[in-house]
Amino acid sequence: MKILTGNDLKTGDVIWWAGDTRWSRHLADSADAGDEADAILKREEAALRVNVPYVIDGKQTEQGPMPLHIKERVRAFGPTVRPDLAINTSIPILKV
Amino acid sequence: MYQYDTYDQAMVDARVAEFRDQVRRRLDGSLPEEEFRHLRLKNGLYLQLHAYMLRVAIPYGTLSGKQMHMLAHIARTYDKGYGHFTTRQNIQYNWINLEQTPDILAELATVEMHAIQTSGNCIRNISSDQFAGAAADEIADPRPWAELLRQWSTFHPEFQLLPRKFKIAVIASSSDRAAMRLHDIGIELVKNAEGVLGAKFFVGGGMGRTPMIAPCIREFVSAQELISYAEACLRVYNRYGRRDNKYKARIKILIHELGADEYRRQVEEEFAHMKTLGLNPPVAELERISAYFTDPAFEQGLSDALDRSDPDFAVWVDQNTHPHKTPGYASVTISLKPAGGIPGDATADQIDLMADLASEYAFDELRVTHSQNIVLPHVRKADLYAIWQKLDAAGLASANLDLIGDMIACPGLDYCSLANARSIPVAQKISQRFADTGRQLDLGELKLKISGCINACGHHHAGHIGILGVDKKGVENFQLLLGGSAAEDVSIAKIVGPGFDEDGIVNAVETVTNVYLGAREDGERFVDTYRRIGMEPFKEALYG
Repeated sequence: MKILTGNDLKTGDVIWWAGDTRWSRHLADSADAGDEADAILKREEAALRVNVPYVIDGKQTEQGPMPLHIKERVRAFGPTVRPDLAINTSIPILKV
Repeated sequence: MYQYDTYDQAMVDARVAEFRDQVRRRLDGSLPEEEFRHLRLKNGLYLQLHAYMLRVAIPYGTLSGKQMHMLAHIARTYDKGYGHFTTRQNIQYNWINLEQTPDILAELATVEMHAIQTSGNCIRNISSDQFAGAAADEIADPRPWAELLRQWSTFHPEFQLLPRKFKIAVIASSSDRAAMRLHDIGIELVKNAEGVLGAKFFVGGGMGRTPMIAPCIREFVSAQELISYAEACLRVYNRYGRRDNKYKARIKILIHELGADEYRRQVEEEFAHMKTLGLNPPVAELERISAYFTDPAFEQGLSDALDRSDPDFAVWVDQNTHPHKTPGYASVTISLKPAGGIPGDATADQIDLMADLASEYAFDELRVTHSQNIVLPHVRKADLYAIWQKLDAAGLASANLDLIGDMIACPGLDYCSLANARSIPVAQKISQRFADTGRQLDLGELKLKISGCINACGHHHAGHIGILGVDKKGVENFQLLLGGSAAEDVSIAKIVGPGFDEDGIVNAVETVTNVYLGAREDGERFVDTYRRIGMEPFKEALYG
């Protein structure tokens, strides 16, 4: 699946595209952008709903949509060394 | 300490107002990210893995109690209650809101601080010896020279768009505590045969993906000609440094390709030309700046005697204090490396405490070290026990300076968008494995440095033991390096062999320390033994 992500322009929070014009701080809300990914990014960035957006590869798992690369899973989780600051604690960091 | 004049303050205030307008235009969409990016970077604002990150400049690592309190206030008010002290003697905040950034910069400006020169292809924050003005072994205070260079380099119109970032360090002791020869320009203050103070220039060092030790380009530059000579060094680089390839754009690559002799010839040619232009600042300017760095009112005739009856205190004194030039005083290093902690991180409360200690016991001065610790430079030995008790109560009394627990680690993949692997968890596991102070003391001086990617912010090339995190087909992998040093015995570490996973690298570190313990001769540090016996015994123990 194609997952869209970026940062909130004002707060810098990591956000995930959740369909239409919706963005969520929770990876679990991610929708599959499929072939429309680039067009959606262009539209959403122009509307200032996301900053520096990009497309990543992911897959559906028992825990929901999951990025294939560890860097994106760390983004979804929060710093692994500060679990008190984690936002999505069910993300498996090392493997999917 | 240096204090802003009206020009300094006006420049910083104007910069805040300018950035406030740029942020407003970014938020209303009239300034697109591709135009805003370099503007925010010029004000220290990065977009990192989880949020915006603000890097605040601490020129040559020196700050007052009031400034330190401001850093705590920003951590508490605008971030998540902590900050990260960096290997360039700065501080970074990891959870910054773009809309609030102009307010943060405005608050910093009220205590003569800013985030200028913390990013971009300009001359970055000048670094120096954390014991400057205090060390018993220095021939002069390097801070006035560093401040002169700071004033020359700030907003210098010719050097705002260099081929790549440019880092300068200034020291004034034969003991290098600032990784001086691993800088683009390293300056060592020296005296010539006539006893006149001047600067020895080393140019073209650096770490990153191509580590190099700076060769000496000139043995002696007089105080009067310091700026002209530095400008000549920069001009040759600005003219011929590569702009077509980011990875070959640092001055070390230019000097490597030209050869030190040819680079020196071109600098001398430029220097001769510059001397005809009369651009040197008057010597009176260095004297004016130096007046800000006169010694505080040290008490005379103090005793060096200490009550060492508390054994934990005695270990801390032995490990974490440094000889001071004035009898009865010492410089204290506060380790930000508790067992299992995050190297360089401090909470707002801890930052406030350190500021309070500076005000009460250290003439209101603090220093940040490139090893991510904090120094109280001027402390009466009679006050050491009281200071230690207060630090201990705040979790800041780790007696591990220069031991394996006192490791450098970059933020790594937990925070940094450039990183390939998480360096902090590795640091924490090694720190826990070697948590016992007695074991650390037995191993002796051992500089362990961890980077989460090839950019080497964790100085892994310069570690007696270095660790480099890499991405191996989407999985974190850690390479082990041995034999580096950032000190006066500077050397570049070599990779031992195939990498390890997270637990494997912790075991590998223990294995090489065991090889050292078995092979060391009297008085040898880890790196001395490595240099004597070579790589093979370590490799054999690791890979069989």
